[in-house]
Amino acid sequence: MSTEFLQTLWFILIAFLWIGFFFLEGFDYGVGILLPFLGRDDQERRRIINTIGPFWDGNEVWLITAGAAMFATFPNWYATLFSGFYLALVLMLLALIVRGVAFEFRSKDRRPTWRRTWDWMIFIGSLVPAILWGIAMGNLIRGVPIDASMNYVGGFSNLLNPFALLCGLSSLLIFATHGAIFLSLKSEEDIEARASATAKRLWPFALTSYIITVVVGFLATNIFDQITVIQIVLLLITGAALATAGWLISRLRNKEAFITTGVSIVFSTIALFASLYPRVMISSLNPDWSLTIYNASSSSYSLKVMSIIALIFVPIVLLYQGWSYYIFRERIGRESKLEY
Amino acid sequence: MDPVILSRWQFALTTIYHFFFVPLTLGLGWFIVIWETIYVRTGNEVYKRLAKFWGKLFLINFAMGVVTGIVLEFQFGMNWSGFSRFVGDVFGVPLALDSLLAFFLESVFLGIWIFGWETVPKRLHLASIFLVALGSNISAFWILTANAWMQGPVGYMINEATGRAELMDFAALAFNPRAWLFFWHTISAGFTTAAFFVLGISAYHLARNQNVDFFRRSFRLAATIGLIAAVVVGVAGHVQGTYLLEVQPMAAAASEALWDTADPAPFTVVAIFDSTGKRETWSLQIPKALSLLYFFRPEGEVPGINQIQAEYETLYGPGDYVPLVALTFWTFRIMVGLGLLMITLGAYALFLAVRNWPSKWARWLKWIIWVIPLPYLANTAGWVLTETGRQPWIVQGLLKTVDAVSPNLEAGTVLLSLIVFVLIYAVLIAIDVYLLAKYSKAGPDAEKQESVDVAPSVVGAQG
Ligand code: HDD
Ligand code: HEM
Ligand code: HEM
Repeated sequence: MSTEFLQTLWFILIAFLWIGFFFLEGFDYGVGILLPFLGRDDQERRRIINTIGPFWDGNEVWLITAGAAMFATFPNWYATLFSGFYLALVLMLLALIVRGVAFEFRSKDRRPTWRRTWDWMIFIGSLVPAILWGIAMGNLIRGVPIDASMNYVGGFSNLLNPFALLCGLSSLLIFATHGAIFLSLKSEEDIEARASATAKRLWPFALTSYIITVVVGFLATNIFDQITVIQIVLLLITGAALATAGWLISRLRNKEAFITTGVSIVFSTIALFASLYPRVMISSLNPDWSLTIYNASSSSYSLKVMSIIALIFVPIVLLYQGWSYYIFRERIGRESKLEY
Repeated sequence: MDPVILSRWQFALTTIYHFFFVPLTLGLGWFIVIWETIYVRTGNEVYKRLAKFWGKLFLINFAMGVVTGIVLEFQFGMNWSGFSRFVGDVFGVPLALDSLLAFFLESVFLGIWIFGWETVPKRLHLASIFLVALGSNISAFWILTANAWMQGPVGYMINEATGRAELMDFAALAFNPRAWLFFWHTISAGFTTAAFFVLGISAYHLARNQNVDFFRRSFRLAATIGLIAAVVVGVAGHVQGTYLLEVQPMAAAASEALWDTADPAPFTVVAIFDSTGKRETWSLQIPKALSLLYFFRPEGEVPGINQIQAEYETLYGPGDYVPLVALTFWTFRIMVGLGLLMITLGAYALFLAVRNWPSKWARWLKWIIWVIPLPYLANTAGWVLTETGRQPWIVQGLLKTVDAVSPNLEAGTVLLSLIVFVLIYAVLIAIDVYLLAKYSKAGPDAEKQESVDVAPSVVGAQG
């Protein structure tokens, strides 16, 4: 296997890990964001949390794995990205910390203020990453100031440009819609009805913000200067999937709608990675200073070791994780045991 | 303040914090496996209650372990981009293995264990907690492999063109003797931590005559495991110490405050250092004892700090290669002292359990709650020793800590994040201790009403 082949393979595998993460954690964040609004009392909120209770940690490990895999296969990408987005990541970590403990702690005390507080922590802990991931991805395609020695030199405010903020808004709305549909599939009665209604109300905003983001991308940035047919197709699929989702929701065909919001998340992420390739981080200062899969990667020996490991273990993980979704396929209703 | 110092503080505080929760996870998981196995085999409900009661404490602790772990993984890139670029090739591989082999296993099967008490078959439920315990121990192995490589790089080559370390031999990385020594010492430290945790809480209830049958069972198991694990920790630590002498002689000399090469070498019992922490003003020594400890005979040369410093200057160029001796010296003594103390306490506890609680000895029970912090102190001391003993290197002999920091970080930024982490961690530890204390005190009976969710309007507002 040539080094170039391995580098491309790992670029694809890392894209795959991010896609998996956004797809899974997407509804997970969405449910967290909707929690305070769709759960009218304590018991209802517990039911909502239990729809993602057995899954959220496993979903989050996709992020940890994506990070570790970048570290192992493209150390320069990992180093530039993580040191560059420093404060944004601190914010992200804070959100993930409070979110993680909130799931565990909220039922451990009966005081209503205690539970309300943790419910809001779940909300904030889901809202902040949902926006920040969009902002991060927006900046990845837009390009950021990277100097000749691969270091990000832009500061925090540089990340908050209008295009990236729009990407953040889009990811938030798409995740929230995706989450509402997921919730409607996993709940019963009132909550199911409310989740459906919310999905119906949210999707036009998701679609609109997505369209505005793409248009602004065209008009105000140079990311589409060398656009290829493949990218156009990917962007169109994303938009079409979102539009179809709305139609399906209005017919109460939520299972199919869940697939279409999933498709929009998957294809927008593919579009992102496709427009990067073979670059991994674009320098806005000088195209020659961009990080690519060639100058950012590990040696071919490490890539080979990693390939063997991934080939064996990724399928196993997919199997048992998928199986855990099957075990807990039942809807959570009033009669369900809410132990925990 | 410069970014290096601040980043070091941040990394040190966040790893130490993570390692408050890790050892309990490593050990307590197996306790629950044991109880649930007995429950599944005999159908005796008391073992189910044991699994559930200790399981609740396990989960509270586990959540803290998870959220603090993510911070560490991000920090390599955030604060130590120089390090990440240099070692990613080698170091990233065990880190990725950690996620793929361990974190997925832990998180998915813990989900099944928590939510599956009523829904999945008993054996599958047992298998889930078994896989969680196994996963946490696998995770320990891979992260320790990564750390062992920083202490003594193996199986790599420096690429002259890129100036980075590249992996040459995966087997050398995975079978690094240092990593295995780390593993046995750390896992047995985890068992010790869990055993003393269970011992302390059980003794608290026994001293109050609450749920006597229930807590005698957990006390007995904890005493047995605690004594064995504390002895194993000591033996493994001793082997590690002798190995350290070969591979990181500076760290070994610093942990003994041995300034000059000596044969036979004396053992320093206590020492007083000046304000630099690298010079001694007074010490109490036992002649020949250090050689005796290392070689089991009253002779044998042990290299001293000054000679190793001179050797390193010829090898790596001028510079200060001496770690903060006062810190390594004292953390080592704290750890070993606590180890010996815990062996004694474990023996006493086992004696109580085996001899059917003789009342003359059992009146000390009410004090046993205070053993809980001991392993935590020893764990922290152990890591501070290991990590500061390596300074000024971040990767022994290859990369210095000052060259590892992200060059684009400003001191103000790191200070901000440091303050933020300290604040949120302070709040969280208070909540964590509150919950652990609350559930420990409540005992197994309160557990049933407590965990079932009831709308607050029905229950009213009592804590
Ligand atoms: C000897 C054991 C050990 C050591 C030295 C470390 N950890 Fe750890 N870590 C564990 C043992 C462990 C564990 C037992 O597997 C945890 C604790 C509780 C848990 O959920 O898993 C864990 C959790 C945990 C998680 C969350 C996993 C999840 O979501 O399920 C991450 C990302 C890390 N760790 C990363 C690190 C990093 C980057 C470390 C190095 C500085 C580190 N850990 C040191
Ligand atoms: C594989 C696991 C670990 C790795 C890769 C690792 C790596 C590092 C790094 C990058 C630093 C910062 C640079 C420095 O100041 O030396 C550091 C410092 C430190 N780490 Fe670790 N560490 C690991 C595990 C731990 C654990 C579990 C603890 C303890 C709980 C710990 C305790 C410390 C301490 C106390 C310092 C400060 C040393 C000093 O500033 O002088 N480390 N380690
Ligand atoms: C009783 C005698 C003990 C001896 C002789 C001993 C020896 C050592 C040595 C030499 C190291 C440094 C290893 C290195 O840098 O390579 C170490 C580290 C460590 N010790 Fe101990 N130890 C003892 C007891 C304990 C106890 C009781 C605990 C906790 C319960 C503990 C927890 C640790 C930890 C967590 C580390 C850091 C990880 C590692 O380096 O393995 N030790 N110990």
